[in-house]
Amino acid sequence: MNFDYNEEQQLLADSVRRFIQKGYEFEARKKIVASAEGYSEPVWKTLSEMGLTGIPFSPDYGGFGGGAIDLLSVMEAFGEGLVVEPFLATLLGAQCVARAGSDAQKKAILPAVVEGKLRMAFAHTEKGARYDLGHVNATAKKSGSGWTLDGEKVVVLGAPAAAKLVVSAKTPAGVSLFLVEAKAVNQKPYRTLDEMRAADVVLSSTPGELLGSEGKALAVVEEVVDFATALVCAESVGAMKYACDSTLEYLKTRKQFGVPIGTFQALQHRIVDMYVAYEQAKSMAFLACSQSDSAANAKERARAISAAKIKIADNARLISQEAIQLHGGMGMSEELKVSHSFRRLTMIAQQFGDADYHLERFASA
Amino acid sequence: MDLNYSQEEIAFRDQVRGWLKANLPADLRDKIANYEELTREDLIRWHKILAKQGWVAPSWPKEWGGNDWSVVQRYIFEEECGYAGTPPLIAFGLSMCGPVLLKFGSDAQKKRFLPRIYNGDDFWCQGYSEPGSGSDLASLKTKAVRSGDHYLVNGQKTWTTLGHCADWIFCLVRTDFGAAKRQEGISFLLIDMKSPGITVRPLILMDGGHEVNEVFFEDVKVPVANLVHKEGEGWSVAKYLLGHERMNTGRIGASKRELAKLKEFAAQQKSGGKSLMEDARFRDRLSRVEVELMALEITNLRFLDRMRRTGQPPGADVSMLKIKGTEIQQGLTELMMQAVGPMAQPFKAVNGDSGFDEFTAAIAPRYCNFRKTTIYAGSNEIQRNIIAKMTLGL
Repeated sequence: MNFDYNEEQQLLADSVRRFIQKGYEFEARKKIVASAEGYSEPVWKTLSEMGLTGIPFSPDYGGFGGGAIDLLSVMEAFGEGLVVEPFLATLLGAQCVARAGSDAQKKAILPAVVEGKLRMAFAHTEKGARYDLGHVNATAKKSGSGWTLDGEKVVVLGAPAAAKLVVSAKTPAGVSLFLVEAKAVNQKPYRTLDEMRAADVVLSSTPGELLGSEGKALAVVEEVVDFATALVCAESVGAMKYACDSTLEYLKTRKQFGVPIGTFQALQHRIVDMYVAYEQAKSMAFLACSQSDSAANAKERARAISAAKIKIADNARLISQEAIQLHGGMGMSEELKVSHSFRRLTMIAQQFGDADYHLERFASA
Repeated sequence: MDLNYSQEEIAFRDQVRGWLKANLPADLRDKIANYEELTREDLIRWHKILAKQGWVAPSWPKEWGGNDWSVVQRYIFEEECGYAGTPPLIAFGLSMCGPVLLKFGSDAQKKRFLPRIYNGDDFWCQGYSEPGSGSDLASLKTKAVRSGDHYLVNGQKTWTTLGHCADWIFCLVRTDFGAAKRQEGISFLLIDMKSPGITVRPLILMDGGHEVNEVFFEDVKVPVANLVHKEGEGWSVAKYLLGHERMNTGRIGASKRELAKLKEFAAQQKSGGKSLMEDARFRDRLSRVEVELMALEITNLRFLDRMRRTGQPPGADVSMLKIKGTEIQQGLTELMMQAVGPMAQPFKAVNGDSGFDEFTAAIAPRYCNFRKTTIYAGSNEIQRNIIAKMTLGL
């Protein structure tokens, strides 16, 4: 039992946090969000120079050979800084390659991801699927030596910034994954509520390259989505920390009736409950990341990740709502970062499944 | 980073688990499992079994019978006892009076009281709360007036848990009514419950059970030799005890056992061909409590790990464990009662043989009884005050 970061993890956590405090403070972030691309090339370059894009990939491809547990502190720092770079999206796509791809495919793709030269996205969710990972209506058919894909995908996170997409589609053998050039699909890009970029994607006779073996993708999809869920759990902990800390600061400085409002017991008890919820969420993020890496089997992993996501979803709602309430009218303003943490936490509560979805999965796992 | 116990800790846990399995008397285990009230003799019997094994007071110094367990081992032991469903070790002697005497007691007091506490020869209770002094303990009014070689004690204590079983009571009493601050002028006295002038009156709780009492003191003579620490400095003794909280405040082992039992019980409750575990409304409520318990266990381990690394006492962390742990305990008792359905209603037989299931009949009273958990040992609101002040600086 040891909840300390090892030396490498601690150094990484410190350098990420320092970078975000200096290079990604709220004003800098605002500019990035308002830019045409919605992310920052120089920031992306820095992130990859720091080695972050290589953490969960094998040293065979230039990576660090780590797992979700090694990304925990990175995601926490991203959450605290409300980082909008397409980091998670790229990892989602590239983890599909790492877990399903052939050696040749991994060699062709992963080193570029690790070096920060290739951004990716994972196009899986379809209209009407809600959180059901098995709901895939897009189709792929053989065409010469390759495949062509037809169908529609929605809310493909990070698609506008990606050069390659991993797309799920049905073949006679079942659900399969395909590598698709981003420029070969028709994208309808938009901003998400939490100020990232995503797109709906239309595939129509779009060429694709089968990733790994045909018809066996569902287990990989579930594994990769569990990995991503663990990462947003970790990210949420950082966003919760910001929401709690900024609220505490506000309670200590905002005066009404001649005293700081933090002297009022009605407010004290509510912020205590926020911090208790934060600690509980943090514990579950540990569990999620650790089980994403080392669960004995898929069932055990599903159970742990879903348990974590239930708690994270509930506590993200509680903390974000209370942070706004305790900030009074100021919390409603777009000018305060706390309202942006509200938007991110609100989306995290539903990303990769809301509490109800995970309650169902938890009970049946 | 590693969420699991080390090999040595697992070996220790297995040793404790195996020993408990072999040494917990079946009749005591069944009483706990069936939610029956434990008698004074039950409690003492289990205490003596553990004392013989040398496991009643791990945190005491070795010369007084303690062992060198780490904070993690102590935690594992307490949680394993909870998980196995042993009778509780009553805290008043072992975890309260004992540590106070070790820190503040005279040599004579230590020699006189500690071995008897260790061996379960004296049953202790705690005289803190008074009718007008609950959360605001420093307002207490029970007074002790020095007269030669003894104090004359007059006043009333209340909510005295197991006072009707006790041989001794440790009390906070006021020895100086003119002190500038309310926390001054309070003293810590050890009082023999057989002293003339003490009356114990049962306070029956809403579940029908007798565990707390009112204790009245009328001209009770207490030898000055039974004063612990200095006269007028009892508040620092009380504060020391607060910092001496144990890390099993969350009672995770016991809640795990109750959760497993609840699942088993709910699976047997069938209606319309469906078990209660297949009812999504019930199941989701249960899952939420289970997830809260998973989170609390990891939180508790994180706090232990921090204690181990920094050597610092847990401070306000314990308050968080208390809030969450008691909410979970209450959540489980409530779900258990819900699982019983209409059979939660039978309570007590009118003449002799009840004719109803004693086990299911004990479940609603248990729900009633567990409302105490968020009130006792510093209400959860007081715990929030502590966190607000100590951790958040408000």
